[in-house]
Amino acid sequence: MTSAILDLSRMKPAFADPTSESQFIFRKLLDAMSQPGTLHDLSAAPTPPPGVSRAAAAVILTLSDQDASLWLDPALRGGEAETWFRFHCGASLVTDPAAAAFAVICHDLASADLRIFNQGDAKYPDCATTVIVETPALEGGAAITLSGPGIQSTATVAPAALDAAFWRQRAEIVSKFQFGVDLFITAGDRLFAMPRTTRVNLQGV
Amino acid sequence: MNAATNTAASNASSEAAYYTHAYLDEQTKRMIRRAILKAIAIPGYQVPFGSREMPVPYGWGTGGIQVTAALIGPRDVYKCIDQGADDTTNAVSIRKFFATVADVETTESTADATIIQSRHRIPELPLREGQIMVLQVPQPEPLRGLESRETETRAMHAYEEYGLQYVSLYENISAFGRIAGGAGYPVLVDERYLMSPSPIPKFDNPKMHLSPALLLFGAGREKRIYAVPPYTRVRSLDFEDYPFEVQKWTQACALCASHESYLDEVILDDSGNRMFICSDTDHCATRRADGHHGSMSDFSLEDAEQSRTGGERP
Ligand SMILES: [Zn+2]
Repeated sequence: MTSAILDLSRMKPAFADPTSESQFIFRKLLDAMSQPGTLHDLSAAPTPPPGVSRAAAAVILTLSDQDASLWLDPALRGGEAETWFRFHCGASLVTDPAAAAFAVICHDLASADLRIFNQGDAKYPDCATTVIVETPALEGGAAITLSGPGIQSTATVAPAALDAAFWRQRAEIVSKFQFGVDLFITAGDRLFAMPRTTRVNLQGV
Repeated sequence: MNAATNTAASNASSEAAYYTHAYLDEQTKRMIRRAILKAIAIPGYQVPFGSREMPVPYGWGTGGIQVTAALIGPRDVYKCIDQGADDTTNAVSIRKFFATVADVETTESTADATIIQSRHRIPELPLREGQIMVLQVPQPEPLRGLESRETETRAMHAYEEYGLQYVSLYENISAFGRIAGGAGYPVLVDERYLMSPSPIPKFDNPKMHLSPALLLFGAGREKRIYAVPPYTRVRSLDFEDYPFEVQKWTQACALCASHESYLDEVILDDSGNRMFICSDTDHCATRRADGHHGSMSDFSLEDAEQSRTGGERP
């Protein structure tokens, strides 16, 4: 991996007011995680560098720091996004996905392998990676039906570029609850969350 | 205000100075926020937080205050109750603290609140979607009374070995003919993790089952956060021949005539006169404002030499 050169004159700003902006965004993430499948608008978040969505950048800016390591999709490494996360979060970037508290995948989603991330320990399932999945759009894909904690009956989402193989792989991982990975599915300014407890009905995919 | 309450208030304000120093640090908030999200993702599991020591006094509501401080913002309306009451010294001082540091509107109304911080009660008014209940937890480990070693209890949760808990409850039934124990009665969350609901009366346990609100639990000394997401199954442990039962009263609230609420016994004088009134002060006041009158509805609690004895006093 080539190390990015830190050029402050070209560094895009992040939070102007970290306390109030991160609080605002965290509450959106909290709502998202407590109500899986509901869409949340993060257009108030800072403009990220190219290659990463505003919603994905908002998650990382709000939650990642030197104590919560970050794994970036190889497509984002060495670029402006990596430099930006290093500078604004003090994020400790890791190349071992199993060591990541947070991860961003944005390339070749059809062949993405969620098993490379930390699935948690039997005694410490909270160590599992939170994976941010960057999609082209949160609507227009094959509809899937969600149920589980946080969902009163069912919820329906249809993110683009995530096919049956992706959901089958996730289902296999989370079938061994308390193990699993927790997902933020992002596109542009918006996201929804799928904690490991969310069950996916694949009918229609 | 008498000398005793002045001292209490000044202790509370020196604690508030600690809270300001410790709780508003962005790095600490991020750490707690990460723990909260994992707690929601693994309902009922106790997420450890805090690799470094925080310079805070452990006392009333440290864990709950940390959770609230990580959540709260200017769009919130904040309510804080102690044993169901909004007007205790502690509840008032914590409410004032957040009004100052978080620039937040405060309320005593359960209906109006977005965040409700509590010790020992869940309000009577059913919570709604979008509300967050923050419960203060002195001892997060439901198995601690049976097993003192953290490594052991952690393994019991990891491998779902809850037999010991069932045996203990059954022994309790053999001794008392029913399931005894009023507060902190253990529950199974989403049929997986055994969880202490904090020292709420078991009367409040059923309110957690499929609650539309998010429930967050904070233990400051033990540094644990756990959660019940909205619409999540919460089952109080019981047995086929000994079903779970909540406390019942033969009398109604003496102030608002409610037959449904959790009642505190209030001693009125030295000759043993007493009355039963709602522990939830907002619920009782709202009912009275709506025209409900109990047998002693003209009675002024402030005028009486009285003390509530309904809940457990630590
Ligand atoms: Zn009443």
